[in-house]
Amino acid sequence: MSMSLQNIDKIVGREIHLKDIHLEFETGSRNVILGRTMAGKTSLLRIMAGLDRPSKGRILINGRDVTGVSVRKRSVAMVYQLFINYPSLTVYQNIASPLKITGVKKTEIDRRVRETAEMLHIEDLLDRLPAELSGGQQQRIAIARALIKNADLLLMDEPLVNLDYKLREELRNELHGIFSQRQAIVVYTTTEPTEALMLGGNIVVIDEGRVLQTGPTPQVYHNPETLRVAEVFSDPPINYLKGTVQGDTARLGQDIEIPLDGHLKSLPAGNYTFGVRCNHLFLSRIDKEDAEIQTKVELSEISGSETFIHVVYGDSQLVVQEDGIHPRQIGSEISIYVNPCCFFVYDGEKTLVASPSRISIQERLK
Amino acid sequence: MARIELNEIVHSYHRNPKGESDYALKRIHNVWEEGGAYALLGPSGCGKTTLLNIVSGLLTPTRGRVLYDGKDVTELPPEKRNIAQVFQFPVLYDTMTVFDNLAFPLRNRGVEKEETTRRVLEVAEILELTPFLKKRAAGLAADAKQKISLGRGLVRSDVAAILFDEPLTVIDPQMKWHLRRKLKEIHEQLKLTLIYVTHDQVEAMTFADQVAVMFEGEIVQVGSPEDLFENPEHRFVGYFIGSPGMNFLECTIEGNVARVDGAGIVLDDETAAKGRKAKGKLELGIRPTHLEVHDEALDGRAQATVKTVEDLGSYKIVTLVLAHKTLRATLPEEKPVPEGEVWLAFPPKWTRLFADGWLIG
Amino acid sequence: MEKWSNNKAWFLVLPVFVVVAFSAIIPLMTVINYSFQDIFGPGQSIFVGTEWFKEMLANERLHDALWRQFLFSGLVLLIEMPLGILIALAMPKRGWGVSASLVTIALPLLIPWNTIGTIWIIFTRPDIGLFGAGMNNLLGIPFDHTARWLDAWITVMLMEVWHWTPLVALLAYAGLRAIPEVYYQAAKIDGASAWSTFFYIQLPKMRGVLTIAFLLRFMDSFLIYAEPFVLTGGGPGNSTTFLSIYLVKIALLQFDLGPGGAFSLIYFVIVLLFSFIFYQALQRVGKGEKV
Repeated sequence: MSMSLQNIDKIVGREIHLKDIHLEFETGSRNVILGRTMAGKTSLLRIMAGLDRPSKGRILINGRDVTGVSVRKRSVAMVYQLFINYPSLTVYQNIASPLKITGVKKTEIDRRVRETAEMLHIEDLLDRLPAELSGGQQQRIAIARALIKNADLLLMDEPLVNLDYKLREELRNELHGIFSQRQAIVVYTTTEPTEALMLGGNIVVIDEGRVLQTGPTPQVYHNPETLRVAEVFSDPPINYLKGTVQGDTARLGQDIEIPLDGHLKSLPAGNYTFGVRCNHLFLSRIDKEDAEIQTKVELSEISGSETFIHVVYGDSQLVVQEDGIHPRQIGSEISIYVNPCCFFVYDGEKTLVASPSRISIQERLK
Repeated sequence: MARIELNEIVHSYHRNPKGESDYALKRIHNVWEEGGAYALLGPSGCGKTTLLNIVSGLLTPTRGRVLYDGKDVTELPPEKRNIAQVFQFPVLYDTMTVFDNLAFPLRNRGVEKEETTRRVLEVAEILELTPFLKKRAAGLAADAKQKISLGRGLVRSDVAAILFDEPLTVIDPQMKWHLRRKLKEIHEQLKLTLIYVTHDQVEAMTFADQVAVMFEGEIVQVGSPEDLFENPEHRFVGYFIGSPGMNFLECTIEGNVARVDGAGIVLDDETAAKGRKAKGKLELGIRPTHLEVHDEALDGRAQATVKTVEDLGSYKIVTLVLAHKTLRATLPEEKPVPEGEVWLAFPPKWTRLFADGWLIG
Repeated sequence: MEKWSNNKAWFLVLPVFVVVAFSAIIPLMTVINYSFQDIFGPGQSIFVGTEWFKEMLANERLHDALWRQFLFSGLVLLIEMPLGILIALAMPKRGWGVSASLVTIALPLLIPWNTIGTIWIIFTRPDIGLFGAGMNNLLGIPFDHTARWLDAWITVMLMEVWHWTPLVALLAYAGLRAIPEVYYQAAKIDGASAWSTFFYIQLPKMRGVLTIAFLLRFMDSFLIYAEPFVLTGGGPGNSTTFLSIYLVKIALLQFDLGPGGAFSLIYFVIVLLFSFIFYQALQRVGKGEKV
């Protein structure tokens, strides 16, 4: 099954919820919609499901226009942020409910319910009521109820956001496995870049109702087309330095000069924003090409196996990710080093003009 | 600032608790020194919110005492204990402006107008809320609202401690960094006692100087983030901290080697000795960051098969199968993606041994 | 037009349409028709245009009834809203007391309206009524709602408050129960007094239900008929002749269908207008709550 969204707009009163959405989805594809809260992810999902009608544009499924078709007629399953289950039905009855309506035979229902419950590790809980179970278990029931339909389109609206950190990790791994066995189109929304990266597949980066970039997830991660995409799709946040290019060198901030080599060669003169991820900033010089930035330490955060050092350079706040535990004195001055091959360069229009080549990064970091 | 002591706290929500499972808190005995940043970390249902409410006075424990600077406050309600609490959802007085929201606790205590205004402006400055002071609190974004909740605690200059109950739940990931940084700055500046409850180990580890890990109503380990990461005293701590959590493999000890279904992993002498003496189910534990993946077979390395590789931008997670058990290893960005058969090295420095769930070496 | 995909449903709804047409729309049309006619007898009428409207709007007695009505509704709202809220605040939050108090409070709402009028007539009779006799004999205060207008008003007000405050209380109670516990916890920690907690947390969060309660009580009290009519018949004199009582007098007792029709429409417009104004005003109080 393929799904295509063409020219979709959703305007409510004077608020633009969605604008100019063009998306194509293939059978069996896994798609993550990444965006901040209120970016339009839920609105988009509701339109895909048929719960809302777009103000403009059409949705085609397998080439057929289904824009006005009610959700009941579509082959759709949806899982929400809040664990939504029928409170008065047992777990078994909850999972069986979508099949009961379609008139499937009892023995068949039984088989499928048990099969799906096993997939989500809730086969021992079939006689209980949802209210007696933990959040994680309730969400598994909701997911089972969605999966059992074997719908062509599986929509998940931040389904793990109300769960514990560890539970989220576990369920995510399981979902990973479950999705790869399905033919359905899976659309999963999230606000967390790490989650998007973990789920893989394709990504749609959405911001303020518009699609900023789409493509295979790692590709978009390594080549964010605009400054905004880089911002939305990075955790920890990406670092920026403003700079100017003149002739063969670029001058960043007040006093950092870098030669234009590699992917930076032939950048026309002008003002640019240079972005670099925090794990590409180091506390010691590795190559002679490394540029040195003299900064002052504002804060150091330790998270188990790594340290995040927050520094300030001029009026830019930067974050350096370092392996190991390295507490730093607040207010101390340290130099951080960056190899120019790691820079993302954005022009005045905030569009990507140069992105680091993966190979040179790997070469350089070895 | 206050030194907070929890003496033999036991709590049950049932009137006549019968078994262990009726107790929300089984036995909590802990001291939090003045001016420190502490975290209570644990999964849902472990009792951390119950414990926080006992510390703040919203709940009276079934047994045990709470002491602030040596004084017994167990029976005192929250307003008499002089603490502030920031909740999961921004709790504001919708009809008031930001200024009035921040001034509210001071006005209730009869602080005079000039002093109130001074404190409010000071706190607004620290929290970067100054441009919003005249606006109605209800119209702001979630992170601003949480800052206001925090601000209501900060305005009270004599506040004993500020308690946080999963305060970043409704905040966007990018804003979380900003707010965490703010909290740390405030802590550095004002040196207040801060207690932070969360289920997110990244939040706990980055925020706190000392983390108490809770599980099923008990504190399992208290230590610095480093300690918890490198030397988890209990299997649960190994599993809960670190993303992904620690790998565990059941094993038996033969001499200096731990045997996992045929594969042999060399341990250091000390650990091996302890392992030989120990009783109970033995498990090998190693964190994914410490597990080394090589493409050459060498002595002391165990063979495994690569199942999947996830690329997370700055690092990769490799899922491996060793003797029918699933393991995870993290690889830095630049390492090439391994395939098929690989050889795993378990550096003795980072390989831990657990007997019946408790760390022995 | 895609939402109309299930046409069968409309046939099921048809009987409702028919019934509503007969019981509401056609009579309404009739009233509008009458309001423009002078009716002498069955089948004999002349078109008089807006004459009835002009006459009614200039009618002195109508003005009196209108002011009485406003006074009445005003007093009703002034007493019932705070009283209902107080009762809701006093009701228990948990345990068996909840159902017990809900049932007790709701009892007055279950009694047929003219029965209420009858109850209060007897209750306040100076000879056999508990209240009436009590006032006259035990306390020595002369009380007779058939004789003095003040006593009549007091009785009508007591009856009305007794009858309808429970509705406000129930709505307010529902609103209170919807407030998450964390707000009270935060208020405690902030050292807020009971009054502050009420004014800054409970009242704003009850805005929705209180708006509904306010509008319902306004509309109902403005249209009130059965209870005061049974109780006082509009007397003594005109003192408790409210708008609807006056309307019935004109239309049915005097058989002035034309003026009656015109007046009905004016009545309708007044209620609609004030409801609209109140609603807008209540929405504005506490504006900016939407994020």
